[in-house]
Amino acid sequence: MSLADLVAGVIFVALNAYAVLGGADFGGGVWDLLALGPRKARQRELIAEAIGPVWEANHVWLILAIVLLFTCFPPAFARLGTRLHIPLSLVLIGIVLRGSAFTFWRYGADEEQRNWGMVFAIASLMTPLLLGTTAGAIASGAVGDGGWGSGDFYGTYVAPWLNPFALSVGMFALIAFAFLAAVYLTLEARDREVREDFRRRALASGVGLFLAAVVVLLLSLNRAPRVREGLIFAAWAVPLHLLTAAAAITALVALWARRWRVARVAAAAQVSLILWGWALSQYPYILPPDLSIANAAAPAATLRLVLAALVAGAVLLLPSLYYLFRIFKMGNPSSVNRHP
Amino acid sequence: MSDLLAARSQMAVSLAFHIVFAIIGIAMPVMMVLAERRWQVTGHAIYLDLAKRWAKGTAILFAVGAVSGTVLSFELGLLWPRFMAFAGAIIGMPFSLEGFAFFTEAIFLGIYLYGWDRISSRAHLWAGVAVAVSGTASGIFVVIANAWMNAPTGFELVNGQAVNVQPLAAMANAAALSQALHMTLAAYAATGFAVAGIHAFLLLKDPANAFHRRALEIALIVGAPAAVLQPISGDLSARHIAVHQPVKLAAAEALFRTQTGAPLTLGGWPDAAARETRFAVHVPYVLSLLAFHDPHAVVKGLDQVPVSEWPNVRAVHLSFDVMVAAGTYLALVALWTGWLAWRRADLAHNRRLMRALALATPLGFLAVEAGWMVTELGRQPWVIYGVLKTADAVTPMPGLMVPFLTFTLLYCFLGVIVAWLLYRHIIRSPAVPEWREFYMPGGGTRETGKETA
Ligand code: HDD
Ligand code: HEM
Ligand code: HEM
Repeated sequence: MSLADLVAGVIFVALNAYAVLGGADFGGGVWDLLALGPRKARQRELIAEAIGPVWEANHVWLILAIVLLFTCFPPAFARLGTRLHIPLSLVLIGIVLRGSAFTFWRYGADEEQRNWGMVFAIASLMTPLLLGTTAGAIASGAVGDGGWGSGDFYGTYVAPWLNPFALSVGMFALIAFAFLAAVYLTLEARDREVREDFRRRALASGVGLFLAAVVVLLLSLNRAPRVREGLIFAAWAVPLHLLTAAAAITALVALWARRWRVARVAAAAQVSLILWGWALSQYPYILPPDLSIANAAAPAATLRLVLAALVAGAVLLLPSLYYLFRIFKMGNPSSVNRHP
Repeated sequence: MSDLLAARSQMAVSLAFHIVFAIIGIAMPVMMVLAERRWQVTGHAIYLDLAKRWAKGTAILFAVGAVSGTVLSFELGLLWPRFMAFAGAIIGMPFSLEGFAFFTEAIFLGIYLYGWDRISSRAHLWAGVAVAVSGTASGIFVVIANAWMNAPTGFELVNGQAVNVQPLAAMANAAALSQALHMTLAAYAATGFAVAGIHAFLLLKDPANAFHRRALEIALIVGAPAAVLQPISGDLSARHIAVHQPVKLAAAEALFRTQTGAPLTLGGWPDAAARETRFAVHVPYVLSLLAFHDPHAVVKGLDQVPVSEWPNVRAVHLSFDVMVAAGTYLALVALWTGWLAWRRADLAHNRRLMRALALATPLGFLAVEAGWMVTELGRQPWVIYGVLKTADAVTPMPGLMVPFLTFTLLYCFLGVIVAWLLYRHIIRSPAVPEWREFYMPGGGTRETGKETA
């Protein structure tokens, strides 16, 4: 494994973390939009409480991935920015609206709260859809042609992503994020009724995720040959599928049996395994069909320094992250009440 | 509007928007921590109220800073792919380090904002310190990346390709120190004076209000020293560009002709075609004196380079004058405040000082925006000074007018909402201040000039 492979792996780890952590924050927005029934208000409250302390930190995984990408694989970043300018710009608008609406919602006055909640929820729906679509465009090998594009405007800047396969991946991402959110929320819920609400949502979206996966696979048959080849014929394919299936079944069964913690771990593992399946299927290309990890890599001096910085950063960050999640995501709040 | 101009405008709007939140994100946590510390030491609830309000404001602003910063990271590729393809490997390093600083900042801000009741007060204060330190660090890292665009090093140029890349040498570029210092001070000065100005304005109406008096003190502790140091650090920057980016200095000073004993040009309306600046005040020898500490030194003028390599002289010169004027005003007000405080005068009852401070509210931010115009417009037509032209860095995608207008509208919309939220929740005097009872056992009576603890 080369230095460049290692860095590419780290970038993918950051993306993976973004998907299972930040993705769930998007999913929370989806459930906010779909809040239904007599416990609507309590569901929304729970979502806001769960997202509040962590979404900024979860969001930084995306920034880390982008920054590492443009530092270590500049040509890949340049090509993505050019060919996928339109969906990425839309993703950005979604990120801006979601992040600010969430904060305005929390701090706004009561009358306008619901409007912000609405903006937050719709942006939470649009962004994963488009993020998934860009991933689909990459996987399908549509971001090729030396990057600067050839042909007309539509062929260069629109066709790579506005196609059934890419959009089906977008849909898949959206459902996956909603599934993660619902599973995590069963664990966060303080009262039984709301927990049951999210259990039902988690089960439904778990089934939806399976259906979406089937659609993606069918469309990949002639749209994303490389992914298809990898996912079906590679040596790692069968074990990976088995593992993913095991995780998926465990998640559903655990939900059924109300084993919330098990369900959380299994759901996160399921989504991660799917992501790594994508990564492995397009290895050694960073942007298939022509830009390989080795060809896109920055000079070794840069890669070595970045890796050193990553190690140093991890030493600093991992304990801090652990501290954050320990305070807000594990058990009941310790009551060190400091108010008079 | 050409695509290039649209791309430049979009970048400018995004950066000008982000920088407002970025500098608040650098300086506000310092004030928040100072207030909390005072609360812990004195036990006065008023400081806790202050810390909590500032934390609330920081939360709103940080969120907008984070999302607008995300936009910028992507825009480097969306608008300037050829710049990034060339420079990514060379200056990605400070951006990566910045990423870690953001991470630390976001983690501890989450702990700070939501952890009031969940961790010990000592841990809470340290979380605030971590936010303040990492905010400053992220500002410094990104400015180092910008400094490299002004003073590119750490690579060799062979057939238009960068080889022998040394990211650490690139970070240690000639402009890094002066820019990072100037920018960090600017963040403290601008935020400190903006907050002080708002509270001074409210004190004009209600000079005995203990809440605003305390807020004013803390804001001035952060803003005033930085404002005094700022002209000194600005002089360092000016002397740096006099040597390394003479065209930028010439544009900033509207100096069309290379000359010895160059005059300082204040104000006026530069006319690049006629190569003269109308209606300006010229102070003989002073530019040579300032730039090289020698009244007879030669200062290079715009005539050193072909007209095609001139930046927009009018914009750069006027921006420079705005920054220096604002900087001079802030430094003088800071010195005046310091003198009064040293003589133990009651600041809040000094109406002239309060008016001067209220007037200063927007000036730091104005100076920051103007200063960046000098730096960025003054570098044109280069994106990497002397290496890559902006026109060669832009994306081939047509129709860039559309994203430019979209993002501009989005930012206008957000700007209005943020201002309104801040007004509603942070700036307005506490409506039913719980601390009043606690703080003033007499009940309804207002504090008089001299406060009792
Ligand atoms: C509160 C804000 C503020 C204030 C009061 C000043 N500046 Fe400034 N200035 C900035 C905020 C700023 C800035 C926005 O932070 C810049 C943009 C890039 C940078 O490094 O700092 C800047 C850039 C900048 C540059 C260009 C540096 C470069 O391109 O490398 C020069 C020459 C000066 N400044 C000089 C001054 C002088 C002589 C001042 C005297 C009063 C002054 N500044 C006050
Ligand atoms: C001089 C210019 C800049 C300064 C001083 C600065 C500083 C900061 C600071 C202090 C923050 C923390 C967030 C906040 O407090 O609001 C921030 C956020 C951010 N900035 Fe900037 N920045 C500058 C320009 C840029 C540029 C050019 C980019 C990208 C290319 C960028 C990318 C980001 C990103 C991605 C974030 C979000 C981090 C998060 O989620 O916490 N910034 N910036
Ligand atoms: C936050 C304060 C900043 C402001 C207000 C600012 C302002 C501007 C402006 C006005 C332009 C357009 C110049 C023109 O084309 O005429 C520009 C361009 C640009 N800036 Fe900055 N800038 C800031 C900081 C930075 C930083 C920290 C970086 C990167 C590290 C950066 C990178 C760029 C790039 C890549 C361009 C496009 C190429 C160019 O026009 O030269 N800027 N900025």
